[in-house]
Amino acid sequence: MSPTTVAPPPRLELDPRVVRRARTLARRLGRPVVDIARSHTTVSVERATLRLAGLAGADHERVPWVNHLVDGVREQVGLEHGVTTPVWDALRREEAPDLLTLAQKASTGSVSFRIPEKKGELSAARRAARAAVRPGIRRIDRQRAARDRLVGRLGDPPHRPWVYLIVATGDIYEDIPQAQAAARAGADVIAVIRSTGQSLLDYVPEGATREGFAGTYATQENFRLMRAALDEVSKELGRYVRLTNYASGLCMPEIAALAGMERLDMMLNDSMYGILFRDINPVRTFVDQRFSRQVHARAGIIINTGEDNYLTTADAVDAAHTVTVSQLMNEYFAREAGLPDQLMGLGHAFEINPEVPESFRMELAHALLARQLFPDAPLKWMPPTKHMTGDVFMGYLLDGFFNLAGAMTGQSILLVGMMTEAVVTPWLSDRDLALQNVRYVQRAAGGLTEDFRPPPDGFIQTRARQVLSEAVDLLERITAEKAPKGSAPLLEAIGDGTFGLMKRPKDQGKGLDGVARRADGYDNPAITLLEEGTR
Amino acid sequence: MTEQPTVIRPYGDTTGDGMVQVSFTLPVPHDKRAEGAALQLAGKMGMSPALLVHAKAVGPAHTFFVVYGSVTHLVDLSAVQVVERDFPLLTPKDVNAAIKKQLRRPLVVVGACIGTDAHTVGIDAILNIKGFAGEKGLEYYSEIQVVNLGAQVLVPELVERAREAQADAVLVSQVVTQRDAHIHNTTQMSAAFREAYPAGKVPLLVVGGPRFEEGSADRLGVDRIFGKGTTPAEVASYLVHALAAEPTPERNTA
Repeated sequence: MSPTTVAPPPRLELDPRVVRRARTLARRLGRPVVDIARSHTTVSVERATLRLAGLAGADHERVPWVNHLVDGVREQVGLEHGVTTPVWDALRREEAPDLLTLAQKASTGSVSFRIPEKKGELSAARRAARAAVRPGIRRIDRQRAARDRLVGRLGDPPHRPWVYLIVATGDIYEDIPQAQAAARAGADVIAVIRSTGQSLLDYVPEGATREGFAGTYATQENFRLMRAALDEVSKELGRYVRLTNYASGLCMPEIAALAGMERLDMMLNDSMYGILFRDINPVRTFVDQRFSRQVHARAGIIINTGEDNYLTTADAVDAAHTVTVSQLMNEYFAREAGLPDQLMGLGHAFEINPEVPESFRMELAHALLARQLFPDAPLKWMPPTKHMTGDVFMGYLLDGFFNLAGAMTGQSILLVGMMTEAVVTPWLSDRDLALQNVRYVQRAAGGLTEDFRPPPDGFIQTRARQVLSEAVDLLERITAEKAPKGSAPLLEAIGDGTFGLMKRPKDQGKGLDGVARRADGYDNPAITLLEEGTR
Repeated sequence: MTEQPTVIRPYGDTTGDGMVQVSFTLPVPHDKRAEGAALQLAGKMGMSPALLVHAKAVGPAHTFFVVYGSVTHLVDLSAVQVVERDFPLLTPKDVNAAIKKQLRRPLVVVGACIGTDAHTVGIDAILNIKGFAGEKGLEYYSEIQVVNLGAQVLVPELVERAREAQADAVLVSQVVTQRDAHIHNTTQMSAAFREAYPAGKVPLLVVGGPRFEEGSADRLGVDRIFGKGTTPAEVASYLVHALAAEPTPERNTA
């Protein structure tokens, strides 16, 4: 059997009623949150809409024009009707000859915005807005078609899991040769880590950037440069090399739109990560997340969710079920936003303390549970980080076991672990050794899914059932939370510290001032077009 | 009992053999000359004889090497200087008792990751109840009141919140740093505190992170630096040592 045709992963004997119960509870928890998302908008959703209408660039202080225009509209008429109606109304009244000039004038306060009262004027403004946003959506469609064409011509990687490697120099012009070298060395997916701190910027930086901290800024131009470089190396290698970035933080919707327009292939996009780990306001996050996922669905972008983070802050054995709960919630929110299972890169990680007895068997149980609960999702398998101590030799062994667990349980996307995790940003030789580790395991044990059949009442099966039942218990407990009007049990649970011990009340957190409740007349042509297209 | 020698060499499998291993990459294609270059470097590093055990091309322009050899350098134990822990390690119970006795009120600790650093693993390991290495964090101590501001806190905000909370100590973590950002951030932070507080009233400033140099506290304007592997109990014990060990004059008792 060749390692390129992998047998389906081993089956766990899970009680289908328990699995159904878990999904029912996830839906029950998610729906009121979606209702809240659908009845609010945010500055970033509005800015993303303007970006789809072609507004780009920034002033001499590098403040983007989309920020100026949204702020200008907001000061005069508020966000609750959406910005597109007042913006295209102003253009119709010839406040400015075009969108860019209007934004420039808005930055000096020399435009007057209004919500047109006459029905004719209102619908004319809306029609104009829709016509202006449509080319942005078409551009996303064209990029998706281009990806399909390139994958058709060049092909997908011949093996599973896909090998996912990180590049992070801070300088896009250094990232490019490193990414190309990583692709030549065997990477199927290149992720450009963002600069530390970008998640909390309430604007998207502009242009090609050469200064970042432990990562490179996500900008439209950086996206374009890297995608072009990977297209070049894809042709050379005869396989389509995918590009990943982050649609997270305060600008999640805008970055999703830019990713769609510049043909990124995967985006980190978790439903709760920003709330819990970046203290971003929960309502802001859920609104932004829904829009960004609608864009990803349209663009054919695989989302990567961040369940690995739960295990780095909590104990990977005690908190194993929180990963399952988060995966179920991410699945619900993704489906609601129109993402098919094939685009759901649900995450999980190999983070059990290696000193714990039977740690590898538990890892196999957890990995198989995720594999079986989400059979069609391209699961993302994350390497050990928490127990990488600086002993690079022990770390290399641990990464080997991580790779083996990935092969045995049929994972889809494998983030390559570095033995120098927690020591240095990966050196050239670290990456080379890490890829040798992955390739050895794939070569030696790629077909092991065929032979590996955990016995029905053995350790692995029992542990998987236990984690699933703990996940259902947690979902039940959250569902029972009392939620006042305008809230939801899930928001209350996030508020009182159910996840990762972090309390995130729904009326606190960063970016709250950028949230507005939608008025009855709210209009957003991007959302309309996205919903028409995906349903 | 034989006396411990003061001059030692690395130990491979025989006392005094001086054996070490190193690995490195040179930016040259893999060929005979590259291997010679690796041996030249090993020689200059004091390895003699040096044994090139592995060489492998990493792409077209780089070669990775593993070299074993005996180093000619000697280690003089009598000349080794380290900063030993200069305070007793206390149990949570003793920490609480000391604070109760000396301060007669909870000790207030404000913690944050400052600058662009979004990695709260360090500060959380020390502050969160969950703790680190099996030890509970400072939140667990009944006599320590913890205000954890989380990640990416701006220095002025940190000063403001420290004043509001009447902090006895400020803990700052810097994990991910590039181009010496941790040094820049720390000196900026200590300067801001000195500016905002009257002389002698500045809270105890403590920084932690894997990149700080031992013994650079004075240079950075802080009271203490903690490195990789520090546990919550060590930090708590130090706070007691610095703030509640002996009758302290009114410190933020306003």
